[in-house]
Amino acid sequence: MTTELFIQGNEACAMGAIKAGCRFFGGYPITPSTEIAEYLSTNLPKVSGSFVQMEDEISAIGSVIGASWAGIKSMTATSGPGFSLMQENIGFAMISETPLVIVDVQRGSPSTGQPTMVGQGDMMQARWGSHGDYEPIAISPSSVQEFFDFTLEGFNLAEKYRVPVVILADEIVGHMREKISLQNKIETFKRVMPKEDPKTFLPFKNIETGTNPMPSFGDGYNVHVTGLTHNELGYPSTMNPEDHSNLVKRLVNKILKNRKDIISCEFKYCDDADIILISYGASARSTMEAVKIGRSAGIKIGYFKMNTIWPFPEDEIDKISKNVNDLIVVEMNLGQMVHEVERIVKDNARIHLFSEIGGTLPKPEDILNKVRELL
Amino acid sequence: MAEEKKQNFITNEEKNPYIKYFRRDRLPTIFCSGCGIGITINSFLKGLESAEMNLNNISLVSGIGCSSRVPGYLKCDSLHTTHGRAISFATGLKIGNPDLNIVVFTGDGDASAIGGNHLIHAARRNINLTVICINNNIYGMTGGQVSPTSPEGSLATTAPYGSIDTPFNLIKLVISAGATFAGRWTTAHPLQLSKTIKNGLLNDGFSFIEVVSQCPTYYGRKNKLKTPTSMIKMFKENSINKRRAENMSEKDLLGKIIVGEFVNNPREEFSEKIESLSIKESGKNTIRKSAYKI
Amino acid sequence: MIQINPDLCKGCYICIEICPKSVYAISNVTNDKDIKIPFPENEKDCITCHLCELECPDQAIYVEDKE
Repeated sequence: MTTELFIQGNEACAMGAIKAGCRFFGGYPITPSTEIAEYLSTNLPKVSGSFVQMEDEISAIGSVIGASWAGIKSMTATSGPGFSLMQENIGFAMISETPLVIVDVQRGSPSTGQPTMVGQGDMMQARWGSHGDYEPIAISPSSVQEFFDFTLEGFNLAEKYRVPVVILADEIVGHMREKISLQNKIETFKRVMPKEDPKTFLPFKNIETGTNPMPSFGDGYNVHVTGLTHNELGYPSTMNPEDHSNLVKRLVNKILKNRKDIISCEFKYCDDADIILISYGASARSTMEAVKIGRSAGIKIGYFKMNTIWPFPEDEIDKISKNVNDLIVVEMNLGQMVHEVERIVKDNARIHLFSEIGGTLPKPEDILNKVRELL
Repeated sequence: MAEEKKQNFITNEEKNPYIKYFRRDRLPTIFCSGCGIGITINSFLKGLESAEMNLNNISLVSGIGCSSRVPGYLKCDSLHTTHGRAISFATGLKIGNPDLNIVVFTGDGDASAIGGNHLIHAARRNINLTVICINNNIYGMTGGQVSPTSPEGSLATTAPYGSIDTPFNLIKLVISAGATFAGRWTTAHPLQLSKTIKNGLLNDGFSFIEVVSQCPTYYGRKNKLKTPTSMIKMFKENSINKRRAENMSEKDLLGKIIVGEFVNNPREEFSEKIESLSIKESGKNTIRKSAYKI
Repeated sequence: MIQINPDLCKGCYICIEICPKSVYAISNVTNDKDIKIPFPENEKDCITCHLCELECPDQAIYVEDKE
């Protein structure tokens, strides 16, 4: 059974969150993400959830981390300036292994930039925005349907790996209206409660899988959660090189060792293509349209759409780069993900950037013109 | 020393009334000799006992600084967060599970400089948190820099010619912002402090308790109060009860510490309002620990 | 009976300062941090008000109630 709806991207995201089990939202108004907060302020009380408008984005993510430790799937939504303010607490969520979802509806940037226009300038901020070594998960929707689906998936990944997950949306995907279909049966990942006796349980154990079960506050585990480097008990251990190394490597490896499970990509016409276009988010729409037009004109092009941005789909990109002459990365910034593509592809193929900034989508015809220059 | 006195020194049997609440494997604490934080912990534990509350049902939240190390030493759920942000984490924790009793340990810099915005907004919302602010008038953890409560003229590593800033009156600040309970004592008043902490814990709303405390290592050494005992003595001599202070001129009160309970004026609490909305819209209380179920 | 734990005492001597009956004095006994531990020199004067327990920042004092 499916239900069809014609809705806005931000609404779809908020609906997806509720379907995923989100029962707490802490946020601060910011264009172009605000409709997510508005939808959840109306609808969370209807499912016995809580909505709170905080005093800024720093406290918004703080409240989300707090609510997550209370045992509630929790989320915030923002745009570039607010995402910048959240960075320190994102690092805290990383080291304390707090599951949560951050939706970043990107605008033209830097700074206040173009609040009502589209941009993809936060890709590297999602990767490196907080200080230190960590492996984030970030996924980027290209349609209203995907904004729903990926928000749901974001919650599942956050709970499964105990990490903050960033949904890297953008103004176009957030504000556009499209038809979506909702499956009535939806799979959610439920948080895992420890089975061990609280007296012997090690909340931050250096286990092979990397991800420990998570008690919540009030469960009798007397857990100590700190942003300081901590040992397996959770106690601060800031001067012990081994404790630091074990902790940070476990946090990084629990993501890297599960790339296959986390990463999702979509590609078409790549088998016989001479040129492959790589894109993500809203710009992937122009890219896919360019490939469709190009193919009907007999040009051997294909596309590769990254649904997962971080961890970067290294193996997948490496594989497609081996049989082509040229790769064109289409993005709405002056070149961010193109550097990652260069890092992986090396000499397998020539790499080009098709960059569009200013707040409008790339035109498929302009992308095709770039393709024609290479033929 | 007389031989019979040796019976007074005992290490194998710990009967101190507060030590049972500590994570014993973490002692001794990192606090300097004579630091007022330990006295505040004792007063908090005594207040907790007189409020007939159990530490097992308490969640402690803190930010960064010496005072924020408290939660890590006590046997309960504890969240040691980022600088200034403890109250925002505590807000989410309380709303996420209104059954939790939450106490925030913070300091003058953590609460009123970097965290000032969260402090006033939590007071405005009247969310049920008990905030214990250990005010030592200096940044101790980073080595003695001037803070928003450093008295004008006091010396600090970043105020080598004396502080030229006007200090905050934290009690006035939180009352103006809407706190429903506010009190101030010094570490020389542990009994009164424990009673005020008890009253703060029992207030169903935002409670703020300022503990004027000694940092002999940095504040004292820089400001001619080298020993913990001289600071305790100074607190005793300079404290004036709120009732007496009401009849004194501003000039006479200069340099004095006004102590007492300043407001106890309950109004509807924030997480209860969220509960009411949930009951109205969904017919049920807000869901508890749903991450494990849905 | 007053007990002091030399392992926990950091030698701040607040107990000496705050005791209303001046029970405490500094002893010659040192702990492994070379701190001279205070001791209840005038223990008979103790009125078991427990203020020293509350004021000891390091939970090093125990005052037994008299029969």
